Amino acid sequence: MNRKIATLLLLASATGLAACSKKAPETLPPTPVETPRPTPTAPQVQPTGPQAGSQAHFAAAVGSSTTIYFETDRYNVDSQDAAALQAQAQYFARFPQVTFTIEGHADERGTREYNLALGERRASAAKAYLVSLGVDANRISVLSYGKERPLALASNEAAWAQNRRAASVIVN
Amino acid sequence: MTNKLILLLSAALVVAPAAAQDLGAPTGEDQQVESVAIEGEGDGPLRGTVTDESAWSDIGIAIPAFATDRERATPANEAGTGALGREVARVITANLRNNGLFKPVGPDSLPQPAFAQIRTPSYGTWSGQGAEMLVQGYVTARDDGRLVVGCYLYDVQLRQQLVREGWVVAPGDWRRAAHKCSDLIFSRLTGESPFFDSRIAYIAETGPKDRRVKRLAVMDSDGANHRFLTLGSATALTPRYSPDYSKILYLSYVDGNPRIYVYDIGTGKQTLVTENRNPTIAPRWSPDGKSILYSMAVAGNTDIYRVPATGGASVKLTDNPGIDVGGSYSPDGSKIVFESDRSGSQQCYVMDADGKNQKRISFFGGRCATPEWSPRGDQIAFTRIAGDFNVAVMNTGGGGMRVLTKGWQDEAPTWAPNGRIIQFFRTERNSGRSGIWQVDLTGQNERRLPTPVDASDPAWGPIRP
Repeated sequence: MNRKIATLLLLASATGLAACSKKAPETLPPTPVETPRPTPTAPQVQPTGPQAGSQAHFAAAVGSSTTIYFETDRYNVDSQDAAALQAQAQYFARFPQVTFTIEGHADERGTREYNLALGERRASAAKAYLVSLGVDANRISVLSYGKERPLALASNEAAWAQNRRAASVIVN
Repeated sequence: MTNKLILLLSAALVVAPAAAQDLGAPTGEDQQVESVAIEGEGDGPLRGTVTDESAWSDIGIAIPAFATDRERATPANEAGTGALGREVARVITANLRNNGLFKPVGPDSLPQPAFAQIRTPSYGTWSGQGAEMLVQGYVTARDDGRLVVGCYLYDVQLRQQLVREGWVVAPGDWRRAAHKCSDLIFSRLTGESPFFDSRIAYIAETGPKDRRVKRLAVMDSDGANHRFLTLGSATALTPRYSPDYSKILYLSYVDGNPRIYVYDIGTGKQTLVTENRNPTIAPRWSPDGKSILYSMAVAGNTDIYRVPATGGASVKLTDNPGIDVGGSYSPDGSKIVFESDRSGSQQCYVMDADGKNQKRISFFGGRCATPEWSPRGDQIAFTRIAGDFNVAVMNTGGGGMRVLTKGWQDEAPTWAPNGRIIQFFRTERNSGRSGIWQVDLTGQNERRLPTPVDASDPAWGPIRP
């Protein structure tokens, strides 16, 4: 709505000014001067690996702790998850400009709609834990994929355990 | 100065990029099928009943090609109304055969009656063929381009017409006349309500298990007139036809998040079910189409809400730290069955339409998910989770539970408009491939529906007007 008003105002003032500016400008803009294009130089190589604040950098810093895993139908943060989220929180404290999404997932052994709600609940539990560790809630968004994006493709306990997860994914 | 201004102006005029779209071309409004009086033998009140109601599934029904008065090419069939009449008879034969209720013999193995014989069948010929019932009809083209389809059911033994009806349809809707005729025969012989002239919305699935493309699609109850409604760039899930077929509720990730949209079939436009930053899932219509149920997660906790279909303020119906999701109205709109894990696992609950008197009804071991109230009102179909996932039914108090299917993962039942047949989707172990299946209320006649690609989340609409 504010944007609409701003647009209207700009349009109104533009009409007014356009009416005044029918006359040729008193001074002509300077003729453009050809400037030689800078010769391309070799891209700078980052000696330290992936750029700080990127997903690769995050993964290199916290290892497998980018993702936490859940028991069947559960969404509680257990001690292993807590350790992983603490590693994440340390990283996010070091790089306060980074914002990220926690993607919540469920295994295929649940109904579709319930799993969407369950993925949301898992990602929100991870978010709440990170916030309790001091990460600003405004930096974290939550997104549930339910059972629609499995990582492990088999239909067995081992695969399902890998798919019941909440993965932190850096946005910028 | 002018330059600067133009820059400013153009910056302001840059329209926000059009909201991401995943929609295909609109399909247009649903056409009405008009009933028309047709002539029959002895235009008095109908006499007689089916000779033996209990044995109707074994009766032989002959369905010869529908006749025509004058061969005319129509947009429905260039070869003419006679060829179309054969197609109509084939559609009726397939309908009655595929649902396992009758053993019809179709036009390709029967003599073809002449137009004059449609109202006065040669009973001798048909009893000689061993037919107990005879379906005859005609297709004629009117000067206004529309088709008239007449449909007659005769009892060959009694030498008597049991029922007849006629319809005027646009050429593109000729299959609807075949479905109306199928419904007429089915209802007259079984005493059940019709269901063939109805449509199904579902999710078409392609691609590998970890990168499935899921598109909104629609088809007739027999799989014909198939259309994809979304393009597949965004995952679409869980559609529901509005009771008047003018809209479809479904979930789309088109803006990156799971959100329920109201898709208008006539205009091809869609709107969010509610303007809210929280994810919305599990959309449902009220039986009168005036209200929509959706489930919304706030800070991770999902509850069920109701909003007027025309927009407005939402009312929260459940308020519980557990996951409350879905919801299906009783046909009179007074109650809602839904699932909740407030007891620790998914179970089915019934509440009044305003959210009061929430009571668990499933106490038979295992879990109860995706409950759907039968259009007849006396049964609830649901996904029973007890090791494997199977489709089951129970009465509205939770008693009389019966498991109808035996797949590894059968889920999300949807009722035929007459409450006799249940469709669901079955997912294969490991491959993750899915298909729509149906089973009747007795657990018999299980079969897979033909779909062009894998399919899930069937949502059967009501009988079309």
